[in-house]
Amino acid sequence: MPFRWDDPGSSFSDFLAAYRQQFPAGPGSIPLPASQPSLTPAGSGHAAWLPLPRGTTVLALCYGDGAMVAGDRMATEGYQVADRRIEKVFRADDHSAIAIAGTAGPCIELARLFQVELEHYEKLEGAQLSMEGKANKLAQMVRANLPLAMQGLIVLPLFAGFDPKVGRGRIFKYDVAGGRYEEADYHATGSGGKDARTTMKKLYRPGLSRADALAVVLEALYDAAEEDVATAGPDLIRNIFPTVKVIDRAGLTDVDESQIRPLMTRLIEQRRRG
Amino acid sequence: MALPFYVPPQQMMQDKAEYAKAGIAKGRSTIAMEYRDGIVLVADNPSLSIYKIAEVYDRIAFAGAGKYSEFENLRKAGIRHADLKGYMYSREDVTAKSLANAYSQVLGTIFSQEVKPLEVEIMVVEVGAEEQPNQLFRISFDGSIYDDTGFSVIGGRAEAIQLAVKTRHRPGATIEEALAWSLDSLEQGGNQRIPLETLEVAILDSHRVGRRFRRLLKPEVERLLPARSPS
Repeated sequence: MPFRWDDPGSSFSDFLAAYRQQFPAGPGSIPLPASQPSLTPAGSGHAAWLPLPRGTTVLALCYGDGAMVAGDRMATEGYQVADRRIEKVFRADDHSAIAIAGTAGPCIELARLFQVELEHYEKLEGAQLSMEGKANKLAQMVRANLPLAMQGLIVLPLFAGFDPKVGRGRIFKYDVAGGRYEEADYHATGSGGKDARTTMKKLYRPGLSRADALAVVLEALYDAAEEDVATAGPDLIRNIFPTVKVIDRAGLTDVDESQIRPLMTRLIEQRRRG
Repeated sequence: MALPFYVPPQQMMQDKAEYAKAGIAKGRSTIAMEYRDGIVLVADNPSLSIYKIAEVYDRIAFAGAGKYSEFENLRKAGIRHADLKGYMYSREDVTAKSLANAYSQVLGTIFSQEVKPLEVEIMVVEVGAEEQPNQLFRISFDGSIYDDTGFSVIGGRAEAIQLAVKTRHRPGATIEEALAWSLDSLEQGGNQRIPLETLEVAILDSHRVGRRFRRLLKPEVERLLPARSPS
């Protein structure tokens, strides 16, 4: 928080907004969301028609030692595939990850800005933000995107991590108006979110082991891909598998493709046998 | 309106320089030294929570000597500069050279234009990527910038400590050697024994990925300085 009038405070996104107001034509500058020119001629229209890549299904789940965040790798542009290998799950810091669904451009930008936000705070203050603090800051950043969201450029993050203070994984979901809601066990969002949630509802148990949780996560993504045309299943021809990040007390780790592939193959085999 | 007394610029600059030097001389010193796997920074600092050494970016660290409130402001400005640049361009475009230049500009402008110069001396060091050399920049209260090799010293008795380091430092040292040499030099130059409790140590470790800066806490410092540990 700014303490003196000339101190920009410890928030990078606030500093960036002030910087852009001061130097509107600065390097890499884009207009502030509030002054964003309308994307449609009428001014009140919707940008949903714009041919922009959109990310689809992401999910998060709490297990015994922490939390897991995962997403499929598809981005769509209308009824076309925009990208088969897009990354929708990002490391936010050592103990949290952010997954995004919505218009890919602003989504990836938000994730990048949030990463800098956390690191910036940590370096300036010499201490990490609390899990609660991170979740609240992200809510404010989503809220700042509301003018763009009203024009169809929706950014919906899912934030999860390990909270060392309470010693367990925590999940936060958001709405476009900056509403922040904590989920106790699991959540999924994006076009296939509902289908992924259905699977997790059936398979989720409190205190799952890491291996069991990974199986649940992958099955949920598989079902989302089956029911939702915009979500991709495992691509065995191109070797594309979902991204999964695991966060526990020790920190954040990526689940390697070599661990995901056998689980996916086993799942497909089970389904084939019926 | 009464005309202000004429003071020749030479006189004014000399007075300011003496004032700044006196302020810096009161403080304790910090050494940055290259070793085999990066750079080690060692400060004589009685406080456990108010740091003189800090992380700026992936490969870059900052150290300040002199007046705390002043170099703390410079540290924060440096982090903002680095994070903004890395966000707008890319992480690899953030360099110690550009940061040191920015510091030099700010300190130089304040020295020549403000009534009170900053009573600080700062250091910006960067551990090189793969085969690239490390960089050690030292920036003085008047904005003059020095590009050191091997080691760099700022603070109170910098000259005496510099001489002490010179007789010890060899390229390709291990972390244990570099740490021991730094501590010996701080003690010799400052003419006093420094207990391990008041030693602030951090490294820029070239073997790490991402953020290379790491603080070494007391148990680790004790382990690396077996000759000095209490047991």
